[in-house]
Amino acid sequence: MSAAPAYGEDKGGSAGPGEPEYGHDPASGGIFSSDYKRHDDLKEMLDTNKDSLKLEAMKTIVAMIARGKNASDLFPAVVKNVACKNIEVKKLVYVYLVRYAEEQQDLALLSISTFQRGLKDPNQLIRASALRVLSSIRVPIIVPIMMLAIKEAASDMSPYVRKTAAHAIPKLYSLDSDQKDQLIEVIEKLLADKTTLVAGSVVMAFEEVCPERIDLIHKNYRKLCNLLIDVEEWGQVVIISMLTRYARTQFLSPTQNESLLEENPEKAFYGSEEDEAKGPGSEEAATAALPARKPYVMDPDHRLLLRNTKPLLQSRSAAVVMAVAQLYFHLAPKAEVGVIAKALVRLLRSHSEVQYVVLQNVATMSIKRRGMFEPYLKSFYIRSTDPTQIKILKLEVLTNLANETNTPTVLREFQTYIRSMDKDFVAATIQAIGRCATNIGRVRDTCLNGLVQLLSNRDELVVAESVVVIKKLLQMQPAQHGEIIKHLAKLTDNIQVPMARASILWLIGEYCEHVPKIAPDVLRKMAKSFTAEEDIVKLQIINLAAKLYLTNSKQTKLLTQYVLSLAKYDQNYDIRDRARFTRQLIVPSEQGGALSRHAKKLFLAPKPAPVLESSFKDRDHFQLGSLSHLLNAKATGYQELPDWPEEAPDPSVRNVEVPEWTKCSNREKRKEKEKPFYSDSEGESGPTESADSDPESESASDSKSSSESGSGESSSESDSEDQEEEKGRSSESEQSEEEGEKRKMKKKKKVPEGQGEGSSSEEDSDSSSGSSESERTSETEEEQVEPASWRKKTPPSGKSAPVAKEISLLDLEDFTPPSVQPVSPPTIVSTSLATDLEGLTLTDSPLVPSLLSPVVGVGRQELLHRVAGEGLAVDYTFSRQPFSGDPHMVSVHIHFSNSSDTPIKGLHVGTPKLPAGISIQEFPEIESLAPGESVTAVMGINFCDSTQAANFQLCTQTRQFYVSIQPPVGELMAPVFMSENEFKKEQDLRGGR
Amino acid sequence: MYTKLFKLFSLQKMIHSLFLINCSGDIFLEKHWKSVVSQSVCDYFFEAQEKAADVENVPPVISTPHHYLISIYRDKLFFVSVIQTEVPPLFVIEFLHRVADTFQDYFGECSEAAIKDNVVIVYELLEEMLDNGFPLATESNILKELIKPPTILRSVVNSITGSSNVGDTLPTGQLSNIPWRRAGVKYTNNEAYFDVVEEIDAIIDKSGSTVFAEIQGVIDACIKLSGMPDLSLSFMNPRLLDDVSFHPCIRFKRWESERVLSFIPPDGNFRLISYRVSSQNLVAIPVYVKHCISFKENSSCGRFDITIGPKQNMGKTIEGITVTVHMPKVVLNMNLTPTQGSYTFDPVTKVLTWDVGKITPQKLPSLKGLVNLQSGAPKPEENPSLNIQFKIQQLAISGLKVNRLDMYGEKYKPFKGVKYVTKAGKFQVRT
Repeated sequence: MSAAPAYGEDKGGSAGPGEPEYGHDPASGGIFSSDYKRHDDLKEMLDTNKDSLKLEAMKTIVAMIARGKNASDLFPAVVKNVACKNIEVKKLVYVYLVRYAEEQQDLALLSISTFQRGLKDPNQLIRASALRVLSSIRVPIIVPIMMLAIKEAASDMSPYVRKTAAHAIPKLYSLDSDQKDQLIEVIEKLLADKTTLVAGSVVMAFEEVCPERIDLIHKNYRKLCNLLIDVEEWGQVVIISMLTRYARTQFLSPTQNESLLEENPEKAFYGSEEDEAKGPGSEEAATAALPARKPYVMDPDHRLLLRNTKPLLQSRSAAVVMAVAQLYFHLAPKAEVGVIAKALVRLLRSHSEVQYVVLQNVATMSIKRRGMFEPYLKSFYIRSTDPTQIKILKLEVLTNLANETNTPTVLREFQTYIRSMDKDFVAATIQAIGRCATNIGRVRDTCLNGLVQLLSNRDELVVAESVVVIKKLLQMQPAQHGEIIKHLAKLTDNIQVPMARASILWLIGEYCEHVPKIAPDVLRKMAKSFTAEEDIVKLQIINLAAKLYLTNSKQTKLLTQYVLSLAKYDQNYDIRDRARFTRQLIVPSEQGGALSRHAKKLFLAPKPAPVLESSFKDRDHFQLGSLSHLLNAKATGYQELPDWPEEAPDPSVRNVEVPEWTKCSNREKRKEKEKPFYSDSEGESGPTESADSDPESESASDSKSSSESGSGESSSESDSEDQEEEKGRSSESEQSEEEGEKRKMKKKKKVPEGQGEGSSSEEDSDSSSGSSESERTSETEEEQVEPASWRKKTPPSGKSAPVAKEISLLDLEDFTPPSVQPVSPPTIVSTSLATDLEGLTLTDSPLVPSLLSPVVGVGRQELLHRVAGEGLAVDYTFSRQPFSGDPHMVSVHIHFSNSSDTPIKGLHVGTPKLPAGISIQEFPEIESLAPGESVTAVMGINFCDSTQAANFQLCTQTRQFYVSIQPPVGELMAPVFMSENEFKKEQDLRGGR
Repeated sequence: MYTKLFKLFSLQKMIHSLFLINCSGDIFLEKHWKSVVSQSVCDYFFEAQEKAADVENVPPVISTPHHYLISIYRDKLFFVSVIQTEVPPLFVIEFLHRVADTFQDYFGECSEAAIKDNVVIVYELLEEMLDNGFPLATESNILKELIKPPTILRSVVNSITGSSNVGDTLPTGQLSNIPWRRAGVKYTNNEAYFDVVEEIDAIIDKSGSTVFAEIQGVIDACIKLSGMPDLSLSFMNPRLLDDVSFHPCIRFKRWESERVLSFIPPDGNFRLISYRVSSQNLVAIPVYVKHCISFKENSSCGRFDITIGPKQNMGKTIEGITVTVHMPKVVLNMNLTPTQGSYTFDPVTKVLTWDVGKITPQKLPSLKGLVNLQSGAPKPEENPSLNIQFKIQQLAISGLKVNRLDMYGEKYKPFKGVKYVTKAGKFQVRT
């Protein structure tokens, strides 16, 4: 590279406004002032063998970059050091490389091989950072290399590397959008990832690359909802906003019935508060009370989303709180939206920028849902120390919140504001008073009187603003206010603000009949000063003249003609036009006259009073919390919040047929084969997914291939699932009621202190032999307690989706499931626990800090639901012991219970259909199971160290049930005794360290 | 190729670039996470700044033809970020504040000088905090493992040995499911301190009656415990807490069901919770102010007389009292005599500050004197409001009390401490 063009660039690049202040900075001043020779020094330093010199050189270069100085001529010297051993030098070289690679593509290629080597490093952090830098180099030639690296990293065993892969996707996409299809495949794969670390990043990538592919979310929807609380804050914001859009396309509007109310605007205007006063939980009651067109039942998945996001209102991050608030505003039934008010009000204590954004959103919300913020009225009171922009927003909110009952308080508060030193704020307050007066008839006179008093204020701006507002108010009921108009007329002598003068003139003209004596006199004065007036005032003088001429031509004929002739020669063509037009209209001439006969009607027609509206009205068509909402204009890349669908798309697309998940859909499966919402554009995957049950039962992770190949194998199984669901429906309604009770019960349960404090990952990675003992006991304890107590508890607020269980990876004690319940399926909670445990494993990482807390018992999993099994309910637990018959097998305890009223006979295992390597040892046949009786049998399964499901038939004398057991990763283990040192050795061997 | 690239860049989301600007309008640091955006984009910001007159009134979001600028103002610095597409504004604002917090944490102050002196560390931090414009590592515990904060000793050693301030151990927190805590923490003295700080926000009207008052509190923790302690903190009266926001380490479920704060703490200083005391409880206002501020019509002077006294102070001393008054623009000067403490009046900003100190009930502190007004100007409409600061040690005004702190998961006995302080928040007296 020749040096000359680089210097040229240097000059070009450095012509920024921040240039001139080199002198003040002693640290870097020297570097910049001693011009380009210094660069040679730097090159020399970079070429030495000493790390300390290299480091110093790199630091200087980074400081230059930070200043916005061009350092591109050093590229060859810097790039050589990309393989430097010193970590800090290396990092700074990366910084440099990412900044300049785009400009010097050929040289940048030299560094690529280093990163490619890094991608293969045994250390996950080095792999991740290599991918990060590689994908940040914006050089189109390396697109194939990046693609390959991303694909590889997406199936890396370290979640951290997978996260980095997710981050790399949008980078590659912005470099070459032709890669979209391939990238979508990677996104699809990563979406199925079950670690919290990856979730946020991959949804971010999804939003940037293919937000229209809503169909990719279906399968992951419930998982995302459940993981949400443990995702890091930034990811939460992205996921919540994506789910808001998703929900708008997939569920029915919860306000369907309530919209009846809104058809009567008057009622809605005042009635809304009462609705909301009822608080959460009264949703059912509210909807029942209304004349329902069609009974609305909230989709359990919709409910799941609302329930799982609610705790995030307590997040310390304002962005998360706002995201949840907008989700509730857009998705929740009216009665439940109220919960967000408290959290939003809390944000008002935060930094002023946060306040600014939150208040904008509150202003919009407070128009639609006034009742929500009414209890917090006083939190919006204004302090003299607030910045003006905050004051004006608070004022807006206060005005929106004013109603019959609280106006006196609000107006008293406004009175203090009027005396503020901040004149912009005072003007806004006067406007606000005007709006209160128009909205609330009762206080109109009080407001008007107050405003009239302001007319004698010393500050002209205040007076002018008052005049403008008074004009609007008077228009509503002019008859009674002759006095005020007279008072205003007097003001024309003093007041200079054009808008105010124009308003007064318009008022006098409009209501000249109420002030017959004064009006001509005002016109006389105005005629005298006509030439000196502002344009808007001139126009109003012409108007006044015309109106007076029509009502009182005797006194004002000459004056009018004078004004019109003055206007004829005005500089402004608007005024000349207006004068010409007015003259033709009011002064009847020989030939015309058709119009002038109606002149009076034209000029003195009763005019509708203006409506004083909030500037925030209807802003809610933008998604709240978005940039577009704030700017009240569509920002680039803004995605419209879709309208609710008329008819709900097939809810079954979200069913994930991992056997642990119990079926949860309690709604009629729509038989009319509706296409999924977005399927028309991307047809290939949509229709297959909306088919009755998902063929992808095997594993969510390689769904692409299994949707084609795996369907045959799983068809039998999905049949049974179907039956189960069919039967399940009848009892679903009861279930949902009891769901609440169950929950309450869980809350009451005290887990011994210190137990279950641990994080779930430990359970999988290093649960020791001792843990199985404690787990057994804790489980049996529960069994004893539950049945006795569960009926006494009262249900809290509604919870309807059985699958749904909020999951916090830190709250294991909440999972300990109520084991046996007469009516509802007993295993819901435990199954989700299992999935979560599986989902939340941070895999192999031995870096996970270890906790010493004991492990809490893993609950039972459902094998056969009692409805599907015609009274036979079968659960299973992993006992975490080797099977006595064969050490390669794990023993699985199968619990049968008969809840039908006839004995079940001849229980045994029928022809197993097993994947290669998996074998089972059947339990001895159970002769008979009397009604109400339970029996436990032990069987052994060799899963062959895989997590594939063992499918087999469970036969009774009369029926056969297809069942399958899929082991969570953590269950495939045998207790081993080893010393601490041995353990550490093993750990080092196996870890990705 | 380039035109194609530029078109595509417009698709990118999140934070594109960051400019740091000082009060006099110099851009002293820029960082780009994607392609480079010219500094000239800041001209739109300067324009808005000029229009706003006051730094506080610069709109946080500015729309320009090709970009959106989202800015925050912290410690006399503007952090201006460049955005190209739709993004939740709070997301960006929250992030910028997090950046400022991190600087504060690293350098002890978030000032131009500190940032310039540590420009390399700043750059390294920014590099770690955002990847392609999306936040990556923002927890201070993780960052401190990646990049060690500067200390005098270390900078001396570094300059001699050429070793670095980049951590050579790899951060573990980022990989674990407890991202806020680093592994392998060791202390010889294991300590856990909690500061319960409550602030009274109030507006008192002319006549002395309370227009609005509420108590906002925070619990700041300083935890220096080895290993992986699992703490649970319970209150005597948790029902007092109406609205709470949590540090991510707190287990929400435990709070919901038992009203116990159960958490594995981050290492070092952090804010555990912030809360609001339910509005049903009457708020005790610990001070009262008698004031008489009047400006005579057609004369160039006015009277100023304020007295502060204790009220409902639960028997504790009120200390650290400061009164700040923004006087009207027409005030030229003030000649006052305090019975206690000292006062200053800045004729440029028109701010009167009276540093009172402690209240002794025997002799109430007062500040009396004359106000000189610009002659000929009309007398000010409004009397200025008084902003009051005070502090009461050993008292949480809401009555909140920590019951006990238990530790699980580690064997040693930690030293535990709780401190209560009540302060004035936005405490304003209208006159």
